[in-house]
Amino acid sequence: MNAFSYIYLIPLIPLLAFLFLGFTAKKIKEPVSGYVGTAGLLTVFGLSLYTAYKYFFEVGLVNGKYEPYKVMIKEGWVHFTDKLAIDIGILVDPISVMMLIVVSTVSLMVHIYSLGYMHSDTGFSRFYAYLSLFTFSMLGLVLSSNLFMIYIFWELVGVSSFLLIGFYFEKPSAVAASKKAFIVTRFADMFFLIGILMVGYFGQSFDFETLNSPSTYETIQAWIVNHQIFSFMGLSLFTWALILVYIGGMGKSAMFPLHIWLPDAMEGPTPVSALIHAATMVVAGVYLVARLFPLYYHIEDGAALRVVAVVGAFSALFAAIIALTQEDIKRVLAFSTMSQIGYMMLALGVSGFEGHEGLGYMAGMFHLFTHAMFKALLFLTAGAIIHAVHSNFMKDMGGLHKYMPVSSFVFLIAALAISGIPPFAGFFSKDEILTAAFEYDKFLWLIGFLVAGMTAFYMFRLYFRIFFNKQTDYGDHKPHEAPKTMLIAMVFLAFLTIVAGFIPFSELISADRMPFHSHIHWGDPLVIASILMAASGIGIAYLMYYKETAYPQKVASAMGSGYKWAKNKFYFDELYIFITHKIIFDKISKPIAWFDRNVIDGFMNLLGVTVEKTAEKIKFIQTGRMQDYAMYFVSGVIAIVMFIVYFR
Amino acid sequence: MIEGVSLFEIMSLTTILFFIGIYGFLTRTNLIAMLMSLELMVNAEAINFVAINKYLSPAVLQGQVFSLFIIALAAAETALALAIILHLYRLTTTIDVKEVEELKY
Repeated sequence: MNAFSYIYLIPLIPLLAFLFLGFTAKKIKEPVSGYVGTAGLLTVFGLSLYTAYKYFFEVGLVNGKYEPYKVMIKEGWVHFTDKLAIDIGILVDPISVMMLIVVSTVSLMVHIYSLGYMHSDTGFSRFYAYLSLFTFSMLGLVLSSNLFMIYIFWELVGVSSFLLIGFYFEKPSAVAASKKAFIVTRFADMFFLIGILMVGYFGQSFDFETLNSPSTYETIQAWIVNHQIFSFMGLSLFTWALILVYIGGMGKSAMFPLHIWLPDAMEGPTPVSALIHAATMVVAGVYLVARLFPLYYHIEDGAALRVVAVVGAFSALFAAIIALTQEDIKRVLAFSTMSQIGYMMLALGVSGFEGHEGLGYMAGMFHLFTHAMFKALLFLTAGAIIHAVHSNFMKDMGGLHKYMPVSSFVFLIAALAISGIPPFAGFFSKDEILTAAFEYDKFLWLIGFLVAGMTAFYMFRLYFRIFFNKQTDYGDHKPHEAPKTMLIAMVFLAFLTIVAGFIPFSELISADRMPFHSHIHWGDPLVIASILMAASGIGIAYLMYYKETAYPQKVASAMGSGYKWAKNKFYFDELYIFITHKIIFDKISKPIAWFDRNVIDGFMNLLGVTVEKTAEKIKFIQTGRMQDYAMYFVSGVIAIVMFIVYFR
Repeated sequence: MIEGVSLFEIMSLTTILFFIGIYGFLTRTNLIAMLMSLELMVNAEAINFVAINKYLSPAVLQGQVFSLFIIALAAAETALALAIILHLYRLTTTIDVKEVEELKY
């Protein structure tokens, strides 16, 4: 027994809540189901805080290093070989404890918020049942102790995301979006599964602790050196396995080019976007890379890690450019999420391993943490705004500041945080990412630096256009501040957004699990440059959007076709439709369907027709007359007797 | 063993009897007549059993026992067949097989 033997309760409580709400969804009335779900989450939140306290401050640190704790539920659940078996267990280590806090905090806030947001919705109980299912899956994912277990929960979060995106299943667009999200992530998960099998084959284990131990990666590294022949495009098979695992993470984390499902996923209810598509599920890919970080770092000098960095940086830039032009506020936030996840990937990709060199790893995890708080806050505020004006589009908003002062205030806090203005949370994590990137590669740093400016610009474009700019005439139906339950959640997250930056993250989380010391050098030109970049982004947004001006129009026309491309998301949806419909469906699926319908079915039909025709020809012998049958019988007997007599 | 009668003669008799039965079975359309023809065939067999037992291996009695079985069986079978014929008559008011040929293609 160890100190954390109670921990299986954390995923179990939401599971029980899901089963209870799922079976009684038709019977219990509106507020009750919400209270059941929220009470369950409150317990989980308490347990998570207790676990974090106990781990970080009591039992975790042994001889200057955070030791992992493992709670086994079933050892050897599936056996492949003597060494290769799948266990069901819970791994408690710094990053899983940190994710526990993220998931339970955001999920609790979303539960409380939804009491107001989903008020008088016909699917209220169903909504809470799905939320509980998602929370269970996500907690299971972060606590998994091996690759196969994480894969199981990986699919479960995919299913709950599918169910929640398609929550308004009467709307065709929501149904299409849920299918798209599921198919795209499933497609990526196919590579993930292949990657898991390859990692299991070479590493002879699925267990994270075993895989991440020095003996394993030294063995694998020695194998790679001795078996140069097993390589593809200059990289060894094991590196390819890690890249395949990363493709699974790209699908879930909406990295380019598998990002297309995330904007459409905004069809779901807004609290869902805050929980799943901003704070928790979409960072699963980052978490996965962080989980296997020692492997990524040590195998072939981090070749797979370079892929992570490049994909992350490109996605960050790509999504930020698109976010500049979008009109739907939730889509701006969706692309912003994609861009920030790109940041986290970049941070992991540029990270070293030991001591202060692991700054990138720490910064990536730190950004994951702070981003979860402020992005969930942004989404929840966006939900309050949509609730008030019944539209997703910025053109229907404007001048909301005087109607919704609290929302305006918390949105401002979150926007400042994501832009990287001290002392809000985003500044600290983003600055550490940029520092790590600068030490690794100047070009990647430049991308991150530009993206920081763009982020500040599009966030304040959003802020000014929603709350200031023109005064839209709302008619008789004046917008009003959100109900109390929603405000509580928003204000609490705003509080976290302000204070989260002061958590001494490097003391808690690092690549080699040894605490190190890092602090912001205020006089450092890098720090000053990034603050100036953010401030100039905000300044430009202020000039262009605080009052209604002609600048946006002028800039858009000056950009010419570039603006059009960005606004249409670089036509990636169209490209995918072209590839799937025109190439895969028309050139591959249709010939196969033709072959099936004509050749395979044709052969079977031929058999059937032959039998039928023959039967038609010889059916006359069944006359129904007894004498005829007796005649056949007697002739048969005579024939057999003759045969025996003459041919024996 | 019957004096002055060989097995060949007895078997010729039973063969003739058997084929009379077959001829009757194939040509009569009246079910009662067909049943009678059937009895002829069965009886020919019964005689065969007794005769072959008596002439070829007189020490044992299996053949005679079999013929007793055949007689008992024939009686049971006749009772059953008559019941069927009676029922058929009630349904169709005929016992002519040419009139009853619904069970065909």
